[in-house]
Amino acid sequence: MRKFKEFIIEKLVLICGLASIFFVVLIFLFLLKEGLAVFKSVSFFNFLFGKSWYPISEPPQLGILPLIMGSLLVTVGAAIISIPIGVGCAIYIAEVAPLKIKETLKAGIELLAAIPSVVLGFIGMITLVPLVKNIFHLPTGLTALSGAIMLAFMAMPTIVSIAEDALYSVPKNYKEGALALGATHWQVIWRVMLPAASSGILAAVMLGIGRVIGETMAVMMITGNAAVMPGSILVPVRTLTATIAAEMGEAVVGSEHYFALFAIGIVLFVISFAINVTADLFLHKRQ
Amino acid sequence: MKNSHRSQKIAFFFLFLATLLIVVPVGLIVVVIVEKGLPGINWQFLTDIPRQGMRAGGIFPAIIGTIYLVTGAIIFALPIGLLAAIYLSEYAHDNLLTRMIKLAIVNLAGVPSVVYGLFGLALFVVFFKFGSSILSGSLTLGIMILPVIITTSREALESVPYSFREVSLSLGASKWQTIRHIVLPNAIPGILTGTILGLGRAAGETAPILFTVAAFYLPRLPGSIFDQAMALPYHLYVISTQVPNVDEKIRYGTALVLLALVLFMNLVAIVIRYRFRRKKKW
Repeated sequence: MRKFKEFIIEKLVLICGLASIFFVVLIFLFLLKEGLAVFKSVSFFNFLFGKSWYPISEPPQLGILPLIMGSLLVTVGAAIISIPIGVGCAIYIAEVAPLKIKETLKAGIELLAAIPSVVLGFIGMITLVPLVKNIFHLPTGLTALSGAIMLAFMAMPTIVSIAEDALYSVPKNYKEGALALGATHWQVIWRVMLPAASSGILAAVMLGIGRVIGETMAVMMITGNAAVMPGSILVPVRTLTATIAAEMGEAVVGSEHYFALFAIGIVLFVISFAINVTADLFLHKRQ
Repeated sequence: MKNSHRSQKIAFFFLFLATLLIVVPVGLIVVVIVEKGLPGINWQFLTDIPRQGMRAGGIFPAIIGTIYLVTGAIIFALPIGLLAAIYLSEYAHDNLLTRMIKLAIVNLAGVPSVVYGLFGLALFVVFFKFGSSILSGSLTLGIMILPVIITTSREALESVPYSFREVSLSLGASKWQTIRHIVLPNAIPGILTGTILGLGRAAGETAPILFTVAAFYLPRLPGSIFDQAMALPYHLYVISTQVPNVDEKIRYGTALVLLALVLFMNLVAIVIRYRFRRKKKW
């Protein structure tokens, strides 16, 4: 009897253990199921590289290049801002900060990670958007730049916490050895710690960028939502995620528009999958 | 020698600056929301339905909607997540399958929130015909917070010393008895922390509920799990972008209630973790 109970429990636990794999596969299958239908009306090439996104014109034009460019522009902008600041902050917390304020700083970073994206979007709309408008004398502050700044903030907690972990797990004798040879603390950080932690820091940056590409609400509220090819960073853009969020409510289930939005979902899923798998490889290389 | 000390000073200054660039805006965001939101919050705001096209009245249905959604998500995610964590920490061998499960968890955590929304729409709303409902929204949020719960619970289980298990097994307890009576009780604070963090995440997300449950304007309480519902994050999105001329007090007030809810849960999680760390005898 007891053996039987153990057996049942063991199987139940195994099934739940497999749930994650099951759900990842299920998500992908359902995206494919709804999304692949779009390729009956538009070729794969024209979907990815078509320059016009007019999903409700007749016939609909379903080229997502403007959306990809929008996402790319905002993501690159956010990366340029968040990588130096995020890695710098991680070094400061891991190596320089006095013990007393270390925990406070960490709590501050955790706080930032916990703020819902819609709240950050709201604050960005009220503070950042008018600021960008006034500084650059633009007709509107809802631009790719505003989005990039806001997204940089959302990427930082990820970058800081993972990069800090990477620095922390560098063996102590590396550092002590270099110090004993007469190097300054900064020389040790720059020449010994950073190279030793490089794969972990790379993973941190990649996961931060993954967070930026997938971010939806703040981006939708701040970037102005113009689905046209962006000419500069000071014009409104629309990202892949914002397109889904803004348009799915109006798309009729089973229409080409509906299928196209799911196809965008496939693109996002594939991007995030690639980023996460690669980052995971880097993290395991370190161990 | 002098030179290298000067460059250290300059470098450390820039590192400090980078830290300030993150921490100061975070502080400002919280301060601004509290300062501008607090005047708008009173008993009526918290317990009244929205009136005059959301330009007056309160946010009670949105608060209730969010509580329903979060509760539903945790009812779904906690049992599966906890058992998955038990599998990984107690039963799994170091093989390809385990490696794949861990990779799947990482990926599940990385899937963009709006893609969860699409998935929930395709599976629960359309395929299972649950419609746009609390049930669809809760299940979608539940799957989304699964990685949070699995990861934190697993860490909690693995931090219970191996000797505890050995003693229990050597006394003749079975593997499950050992887990049930020895490992789990010692891991409860960590599991609780993970659960609360998952709750906070579910309460704050907007994109997954956009097409699975959220109602633009529904000035009554949901009657069953097959009803649509308002939710705090979506309500904040609506009144700050979709409805013109909403009083600033109402917008900031809603933002403050949402922020307070999420931060309170995080605070509770941090306190539990801290107290547990201090109490831990091993």
